[in-house]
Amino acid sequence: MFEIWHLPFMQRALLAGLLMALLAGYYGPFVVQRGLSFLGSGLAHGAFGGVALGLFLGVEPLWIAVPFTALVAIGITWAREKTSISGDTAVGIFFAFSMALGIVFLSLKREYTSEAFSYLFGSILAVNGADLWASAVVLGLTLLMLPFWGRWTYATFDRELAQADKVPVMLDDYLLAFMVSLVVVVAMKLVGLLLVAAFLVIPAAAARQWSRTFAGMVLGAVLAGVASVVIGLQLSMQLNIPSGAAIVLLQTLLFVLAALIFRRS
Amino acid sequence: MNTADQEAAAIELRGLTVCFGEHCALEDVSLTVPHGAFVAIVGPNGAGKSTLIKTILGLVKPSRGEVRVFSKPPEKLDPSLIGYVPQFKTLDRSFPALAEELVASGLRRAWPVRISRSERRRVGEALARVGAEHLARRSVSRFSGGELQRVYLARAFVRNPKLVILDEPATGIDVMGEADMYRLLEGYQKSSGATLLMITHDWEAAYHHSTHVIVLNRRLIGFGEPQRALSEKCLRQAFGHVGHEHTLSLTFGRRGSV
Repeated sequence: MFEIWHLPFMQRALLAGLLMALLAGYYGPFVVQRGLSFLGSGLAHGAFGGVALGLFLGVEPLWIAVPFTALVAIGITWAREKTSISGDTAVGIFFAFSMALGIVFLSLKREYTSEAFSYLFGSILAVNGADLWASAVVLGLTLLMLPFWGRWTYATFDRELAQADKVPVMLDDYLLAFMVSLVVVVAMKLVGLLLVAAFLVIPAAAARQWSRTFAGMVLGAVLAGVASVVIGLQLSMQLNIPSGAAIVLLQTLLFVLAALIFRRS
Repeated sequence: MNTADQEAAAIELRGLTVCFGEHCALEDVSLTVPHGAFVAIVGPNGAGKSTLIKTILGLVKPSRGEVRVFSKPPEKLDPSLIGYVPQFKTLDRSFPALAEELVASGLRRAWPVRISRSERRRVGEALARVGAEHLARRSVSRFSGGELQRVYLARAFVRNPKLVILDEPATGIDVMGEADMYRLLEGYQKSSGATLLMITHDWEAAYHHSTHVIVLNRRLIGFGEPQRALSEKCLRQAFGHVGHEHTLSLTFGRRGSV
């Protein structure tokens, strides 16, 4: 039953998944509590434009998707703060624009691009050394930004209170959107862009059911993510189903159980 | 604060005008709030009351004119000199937070991962000051309006501010809770000598509890002691119609005829 973990590609997938659980568990509570659940989905679709451009140019899609998605994240944050449109409308515009660009780039590429499908649905086999390095870099950046946790959380609780205390909330909005865009891109290979937003939202939403503090919610989201990755990858191999779908189905099950057990009286 | 700051006024506004596009929320407002005053801001909806306190907090920039808080522009002021109590009805009750974390955020100006022993002592003192020490480890999402107001007051008091700014603090709390809140505010002011600035829709509270009243309707209609600023003339000018005659007579024991 556990022999599959001796396979090098499963070890890579597990490492990538655990890094992802850590990153998504850390950023997910900010996304959920700021009412930005749609942002993860929008950024994932935005990343598709970058992946398609990479495939079209014949370079590693990750290296194009990272700056492309970061630009989409900055564009969404700018539109939210500097125009009169709401956050979900801003996400909707950039998401559609990036998908349309991606479709154009893929249509310009003559030969069949099966790799594009691994980004859409996620694939254990597709995880390579570059993906692991990219995840490690995002983790390193996150560790560098750990001192910002307190002010990010403060502004998440009450933006106006944080502003009154001279917290640079606008700069932090851009930083947070930038970091979430990186998490989305590096998670895409494993989970697939169609489901990557769930990785940010569902473990955090599940952890909210039993957490009394925001720090507890972050820890809970990380643990829920780790459990769903390990069990999901195992099930994915045993049942021969896509890894991303297996992980997200488990996360949803965890959320439902948490919501039932810890429902408000 | 140095001696010069202590001698200067708490708040000085000179020709303050705040416009959002073509609409001006405040026009040419000039006044000086002395140290230790308890100031109530009254005016109809859309009068610029919230814009005024946001400008003093440095959240909104003046289009014209000057704002000085303890002789400094708000953006250069040490934020720990101000204790801000926002409208608690805007609280996101889905956010997982304990009362002691909310109060500690007033000390740190950031959200605490864990609260140190010295912080816990100060948080406990601030909560005890408002009679809410028993709420420390409880989730704010379950609090009643009165409990939440006490915790927000503790959050403001924990940093020993020289200026406390309150945005409609009596909204959503019952009559007894309101009386308690004014008692706490007056107690804090007496013990610390701080200046209090409060938006209220309750003329009676403004009349009985404040030392100064600002009557606002985009322009400054009246400013001074409650008896003078809350004159029928000022109130009619600010609120614009005679529908408040009944309230006037109830509040100040006089007929509202003009």
